[in-house]
Amino acid sequence: MKIVVCVKQVPDTEAEKRLLPDTLTVDRESSNPVLNEMDEYAIEEALKLAEAHGGEVTVLTMGPDGADAAVRKALSMGADSGILLTDPALAGSDAVATSYGLAQALGTTEFDLVILGSEASDARTSLVPAMLAERLGLPQLTFASKVEIDGTAITVNRLTDYGHDIVSAQLPAVVSVVEKINEPRYPSFKGIMAAKKKPIANLDAAAAGIDAAKVGTAGAWTAVADAAQRPPRSAGVKVSDEGDGGVKLAEFLSAQKFI
Amino acid sequence: MAEILVLVDHADGAVKKVTLELLTKARALGEPSAVFVGAGYDKAAEKLAEYGAAKVYVAEDAELDGYVTAPKAELLAKLVAEHSPAAVLVPATAEGKEVGGRLAIKTGSGILTDAVDVSAELVAEQSIFGGSTVAHSKVTQGTPIIAMRPNATAPEAAPAAAERVDVSVELTDAAKLAKVVEKVVLPKGDRPELTEASIVVSGGRGVGSGENFAIIEKLADALGAAVGASRAAVDAGWYPHQSQVGQTGKTVSPQLYIAAGISGAIQHRAGMQTSKTIVAINKDEEAPIFELADYGVIGDLFKVVPQVTDEIEKRK
Repeated sequence: MKIVVCVKQVPDTEAEKRLLPDTLTVDRESSNPVLNEMDEYAIEEALKLAEAHGGEVTVLTMGPDGADAAVRKALSMGADSGILLTDPALAGSDAVATSYGLAQALGTTEFDLVILGSEASDARTSLVPAMLAERLGLPQLTFASKVEIDGTAITVNRLTDYGHDIVSAQLPAVVSVVEKINEPRYPSFKGIMAAKKKPIANLDAAAAGIDAAKVGTAGAWTAVADAAQRPPRSAGVKVSDEGDGGVKLAEFLSAQKFI
Repeated sequence: MAEILVLVDHADGAVKKVTLELLTKARALGEPSAVFVGAGYDKAAEKLAEYGAAKVYVAEDAELDGYVTAPKAELLAKLVAEHSPAAVLVPATAEGKEVGGRLAIKTGSGILTDAVDVSAELVAEQSIFGGSTVAHSKVTQGTPIIAMRPNATAPEAAPAAAERVDVSVELTDAAKLAKVVEKVVLPKGDRPELTEASIVVSGGRGVGSGENFAIIEKLADALGAAVGASRAAVDAGWYPHQSQVGQTGKTVSPQLYIAAGISGAIQHRAGMQTSKTIVAINKDEEAPIFELADYGVIGDLFKVVPQVTDEIEKRK
């Protein structure tokens, strides 16, 4: 079974994120970029499926050329090879353009299953997996908290606001996972060393058959007109509980007309 | 007047509050046409009329709910092609965004998410990066699709005709690839839905166990609030994933957010820091949550929470 995990390198989760004032794109420089956290769950699921059913795991990312670090992290967890789709023309792509770029890159390789994290911690649109399913004409098995494969049949538990749906389809398919699905393994020292030798293929827009007019800031179908950081909230009143903390809080809630 | 399509979010005809918000916003942008997919229209009709739907496109075909997302997107694409609306509003829920995303590809349109407002010129105000940045964006291609956050607009009743127009779509094979075999519904209490509630009471690591969440629930019930949980509490198995608030959970923006036993790291803050009023209860006075709180109580939540619950009950 050939599994491709699409991952994203994002600004450090702990850092404050911002849009650069001149380009109005995400500032990817000022913090240490990391592999998107949700993608670790996607990689783990791919590794588990490959271990259970036999197969190999390729990691694909679309990003600036430093995004190979995210691919390397996935390789150190145990993925077999990587593809880095990188090209200046891609910078500033919105979700529509990103899904196009990834779909084109997927077209250069074979796969039975594409797995993604359900959302990236920077833009948090959670659009790309569904858009990929749309573009590739494949079953959309998103927000999966459980994945089972039996031959070419795939069944997932898809989280909903009322619980979950049990959804079935045939491979090839697009799956996105939620944190609930597994516990990502930590790369071992051996895994980190081995990762240095695993191949990462570089693809530029031309090699992926990407029409530059359809990607990047210029090709996006949305445009950010302006952005401003909200002034941080200032701390309000702080009281110590001396046996009456709850009473004081109730007075506050009453004064604010919540009760 | 420009037609604005509004995708109705409902559970068997019980219309969700976010739909009323979207209809209210749509009235400011043009003439709202609600799009109702699935069973239960009889229950929904009155509500949709009350909140301003001039027209409702009704697709009561069970098949449309039998497959993941794609059928709704195909139906909407057909309506977009036939009626050339000025915009399509969807709720910024997991489902709404995915329908919007597929619709964007189908119709060659841009899509904007996390909108908390939309101007008459269809410029969306987006609350991003956990609410720390406000951006204004426009769709530059096709029919603008805008996913609006729940609790961003105050719903206003404005009775309208809600003229019923039955519609159907011949689903392509591609729309039927992911089949919903079974719906597993968690027992749902009477509490409001987390992203729509005007008050949320959340418990974190400080709560200590699943059983102890009962005191959080009691406070929530005294306030008519929804119950949320931090990632630590959900990871520990104390509360379901659907209740998780934060970077990898839901984003909420209620009138009042009470955080009990939650330290307030970015992971959590990113999901609630645009709440209008924030209250924190934590025994660690250095907890970062106090930097955000309008009112903070440094104390043991096992004393403070029951006490405030009692006080609330007394005042009823």
